[in-house]
Amino acid sequence: MIEFHLDSRSGVAPYMQLIQQVRHALRLGLLHEGDKLPTVKEVVGQVAINPNTVSKAYRELEYEGLVAARPGLGTFVTRSLGSDSLGKHEPLRRGLEGWLSEAREAGLDDESIEALFLSTFRAFSEARA
Amino acid sequence: MTSALIADALTKRYGRRTALSDCTLDVPAGHVVGLVGPNGAGKSTLLQLACGLLDPTAGRIEVLGERPVSGSPRVGFVAQDTPVYPNLTVAEHLRMGAHLNTGWDAGLAERRIAQVGLDPAQKAGKLSGGQRAQLALTVAAAKRPELLLLDEPVAALDPLARRNFLQSLMELTAEQGMSIVMSSHLVADLERVCDYLIVLVASRVRVAGDVDELLAGHHRLVGARRDRADLGAGRAVVEQRHTDVQSTLVVRSTAPIDDPYWQVNRMDLEDIVLAYMSEGQR
Repeated sequence: MIEFHLDSRSGVAPYMQLIQQVRHALRLGLLHEGDKLPTVKEVVGQVAINPNTVSKAYRELEYEGLVAARPGLGTFVTRSLGSDSLGKHEPLRRGLEGWLSEAREAGLDDESIEALFLSTFRAFSEARA
Repeated sequence: MTSALIADALTKRYGRRTALSDCTLDVPAGHVVGLVGPNGAGKSTLLQLACGLLDPTAGRIEVLGERPVSGSPRVGFVAQDTPVYPNLTVAEHLRMGAHLNTGWDAGLAERRIAQVGLDPAQKAGKLSGGQRAQLALTVAAAKRPELLLLDEPVAALDPLARRNFLQSLMELTAEQGMSIVMSSHLVADLERVCDYLIVLVASRVRVAGDVDELLAGHHRLVGARRDRADLGAGRAVVEQRHTDVQSTLVVRSTAPIDDPYWQVNRMDLEDIVLAYMSEGQR
């Protein structure tokens, strides 16, 4: 069983934080197919958040096909997130490092690089949402 | 969706002093609603009108589709500073609750008292602030109300007692599916527990809505000074500040803002509440 936590300063919506934590646990192999997620009541009793927030996160995970709700029993993991995505990290990291050195050569300092990355990332995610 | 609370041009005056004027609201049922605003905005008055402890001077208020009646089994109320009877024991509070309320859930009351570690033989006057709040919440919840009104329930509690109280409140919400309206100054708490927020300033509703939508729909824009910022349709400026060279705007917009002129930042709930409160003061 995993335990949720909430970072109120992250700027990420609470339901999204719960989703990310489940995905993260799946990637790290902390959760496997058939494992039970804590009930809504258990989660709200632990992190003091709105029950609808937890339901919303669980619904979203269900929609993604990662978990399934079994009435009266709870919510169970139906699929593992293979570590195959980890294998793709390395080439992507090298690409990013290439981009970073280009940015540095162009004269950008750390803060400008971070700001550029974040604003681009945000615009990109919003355009896809 | 049914409404937990409807106010229509609701006004309450005490003699010459106006506590609430022309307040119009529609709070959907099934939510945990946060009520925020500066002191004197009318939050407590609104909650007391909603549970029938006060009668409106003018206007209309409807709670769960009815005119509020004091002592209604459908509505629970926890007043400011979570009052209890200091000379009665915890067990006597529960017995009194059972005696006064037809729908009293004794099992729930006893379970909760045990869960939060209250000694039934203890006099309520000897309890800590956090324990007193838990007792008041238990008594209100064991009525099994459809709507629970709480007036600054955690204001006087230390951080741990506050967290415990909110955990209990959320457990009860998950278990019983009741609607909740709670006033508080602690927006960071409300951001966790509420899914609907009302900002009341000078007895007017500045903004009310789903918390996720409020978070997604407000942006802070920073850029070179522009006196009359034309942001296009569907975008409302909530607050603006200008220096000689720079403009900072708080904007409500459902669509993302992609104008390269502005640096667009996210806002947390506290920022949004503060923007409405400071604009409402002017």
